[in-house]
Amino acid sequence: MVLFWVALLAVSILVYLLLDGFDLGVGMLFGLTRSNADRDTMLSTVAPVWDGNETWLVVAGVILWGAFPLVYSTLLSAFYLPVVVMLLGLILRGVAFEFRHRATSPSRWIWDLSFVGGSLVASFMQGVTVGALVQGLKFTDGVYAGGVFGWLSPFSILCGIGLCLGYALLGACWLVQKCHSEVRDAARRQIPVLATAVLAFLIIVFVHALIENLPIMHRWLDRPYLFVFPAIGAVAAAVLASSILHHNDRWPFFAVAVIFSASFGTLALSFWPYMIPFAITIDEAAAPHASLAFMFWGEGLFVFPLMLLYAAMGYRVFGGKVETKPGQH
Amino acid sequence: MDATALLLSRIQFGFTISFHIIFPAFTIGLAAWLTVLEAMHLRTGRPVYQALFEFWLKIFGVAFGMGVVSGVVMGFEFGTNWSVLSKMSGPIQGPLLSYETFTAFMLEASFFGVLIFGRKRVPPWFYLFSTAMVSLGTTLSAFWIMVNNSWMQVPVGYLLQNGYFVPDDWTRIIFNSIVWSRFPHMLLAAYLTGAFCVAATGAWYVLRGDGYAETRVMLRMGLFLAALLLPVQLVFGHLVGDYVHDYQPAKFAAIEGRWHDEQPASEVLIGLPDAATASNKYEVKVPILGSIIGSMSLSSKEVGLNDFPPQDRPPVLIPFLTFRIMVGCGLVMLAVAWLGSYLSIRRRLRRNRFMLWTIFLSFPLPFIAILTGWYVAEVGRQPWVIYGLLRTADAVTPFLTAPAAMTSLVLFGGVYLFIFSFGTFYIYRLLRAGPTRLTVEPLRGASPNRPMSLAEPELAEPATAGE
Repeated sequence: MVLFWVALLAVSILVYLLLDGFDLGVGMLFGLTRSNADRDTMLSTVAPVWDGNETWLVVAGVILWGAFPLVYSTLLSAFYLPVVVMLLGLILRGVAFEFRHRATSPSRWIWDLSFVGGSLVASFMQGVTVGALVQGLKFTDGVYAGGVFGWLSPFSILCGIGLCLGYALLGACWLVQKCHSEVRDAARRQIPVLATAVLAFLIIVFVHALIENLPIMHRWLDRPYLFVFPAIGAVAAAVLASSILHHNDRWPFFAVAVIFSASFGTLALSFWPYMIPFAITIDEAAAPHASLAFMFWGEGLFVFPLMLLYAAMGYRVFGGKVETKPGQH
Repeated sequence: MDATALLLSRIQFGFTISFHIIFPAFTIGLAAWLTVLEAMHLRTGRPVYQALFEFWLKIFGVAFGMGVVSGVVMGFEFGTNWSVLSKMSGPIQGPLLSYETFTAFMLEASFFGVLIFGRKRVPPWFYLFSTAMVSLGTTLSAFWIMVNNSWMQVPVGYLLQNGYFVPDDWTRIIFNSIVWSRFPHMLLAAYLTGAFCVAATGAWYVLRGDGYAETRVMLRMGLFLAALLLPVQLVFGHLVGDYVHDYQPAKFAAIEGRWHDEQPASEVLIGLPDAATASNKYEVKVPILGSIIGSMSLSSKEVGLNDFPPQDRPPVLIPFLTFRIMVGCGLVMLAVAWLGSYLSIRRRLRRNRFMLWTIFLSFPLPFIAILTGWYVAEVGRQPWVIYGLLRTADAVTPFLTAPAAMTSLVLFGGVYLFIFSFGTFYIYRLLRAGPTRLTVEPLRGASPNRPMSLAEPELAEPATAGE
């Protein structure tokens, strides 16, 4: 039962990373173009699905709360400011979808700005929290003792920038898949730059982990099979490079999605069996059986597949490339 | 524990949740109304229903967006500010709220996309289905929230083990009588909010001289629905009062402004409770009525606040006043809905400008009633966050500092004020513009007070093109 909920939590987080990842990425790339028509096109590739994408964050949040209340309460309270700022970023970008459409042209810049800024801030804060987790939070007797800024370090900031780059890469691949003409061509030019930056980031992180001798590195020496994931990532990177060279519109997104999944898998398995590295394990955090079973027999077994079904329905209804004429709200 | 951080956290939670509830209160009713409109359009084929649907969908879109983003905050605020609560009650509250997310949010989110962008991409029956699914999602969401809150008000079916509230009997947690009086109370409140907003919009259009069929449908459907639902709402309100009387006597005494035990008890209609002297100033009392309301008896003994030690008493003034405001709003709404419906049936409403103004100006009443109703429930249960088991003061994140809490409060306040101002402004502008007319369907016996072309030039010529 505990394993089931760990697996479902991992799946939900991964789905969130991939789905909200691309729409947050589109949000950041949105700031790089000046053309209003291009912006309309970019927005229309994510407008019908962003709400569902963001819901996966809430899904992961409530699974964490219901199945692992100790981790939910510890993480959110330890990451007080990053979580608050991330939520505010998500609010500002979320309302921009509707508000931008309702605003008259002189005030549209407000929502353009809130869309870009909100996406950037939310992505950055998510990266920062992951970075801080990898680096390790300070605990005394199982209680967080790192203070208000315990999450802040050069490494966590680096991870924040890294995740922004990663989401932007995912977003660019999404645009290539969903758009025609200028928007696609611009995104296609951004992909090599972003991919190189992400690669550089991964190398820096790796070197940093080596130099700092982060505890997480020992897991790697203990578990050589973990290197399967970077290998998968490398293959996906090759696919990405080749599909860009051959001007294929479909494959880049899936290649980057695989890279993301491989990185996520690497991280998740190197944490195992800890949920908060080297402080709280999965078994310590698990809710009583009565809670897990109640969730399992209803939402786990029946509602979760349904959720996947109607999330997929959304992508099916809005499948294919978007029209490149503006104002199709 | 930092006392300032506790206070700031309470203010922040109260502020963010009050802000949030405004939008679901509006969109739950609106989603149901949209489903009805779309179904009637499919059945009758009358363009008036489609015009109304398209019009209210735009407003729904703006309000729903604000509801979603402010709702995401709530799901995380339990962990950030109330980590002791979320840890201890996680085994019960976590699964309940996860059911909300699983059954409601993904349903709403996926079909909301179809609703806004998918009209031309899906067959009509599927579009109606999507509307119904969004409506179902909003209702399910309200249901789980009420289950969760009711458990915090009257915790049942749990065991306390190693500092955790462990679920012992889920059927009691979900299917107890308290949930089944509070959930309908909230749902009816949301429908009434929708009904009043729709009727008020109709009244506004008539007042400015707009005599189209859309206006009549809005006025009539809104008023009739409210007229039917309000008496039912009063019954459920009474049932909610019964559970408070039986399970939360201190809250009940605070609402009643009753300081000492009384037998038979009188009912304080108005007054100003003063905690320092443990008495009411300027009070107007009706003898025996208190016993009738509390226990349906002429001679029952009713409990006063002095029976409870001071540290277990809720603040009296807020529940006392907000309860009276809520009931007052309900009674005024009842009068407006019945009188308006009566005049509408007698075909006298459109010439009665005073009544139209009254209906128009009554749109804030359901919102005020919902907010004050929640203040009665939430302030009245203090000092407990889980009634009788966990104090609010013990539930706050122990290491939260006042500066951190202040920072988040200021940030939330600023951002919410910003988006609320623009959101209301955009909704106002959509309402002012009115529905796009798909065909001319003039009203029988309409006698606008002034030529429409003067009042609202852009509405003078119905757009036949449209969709």
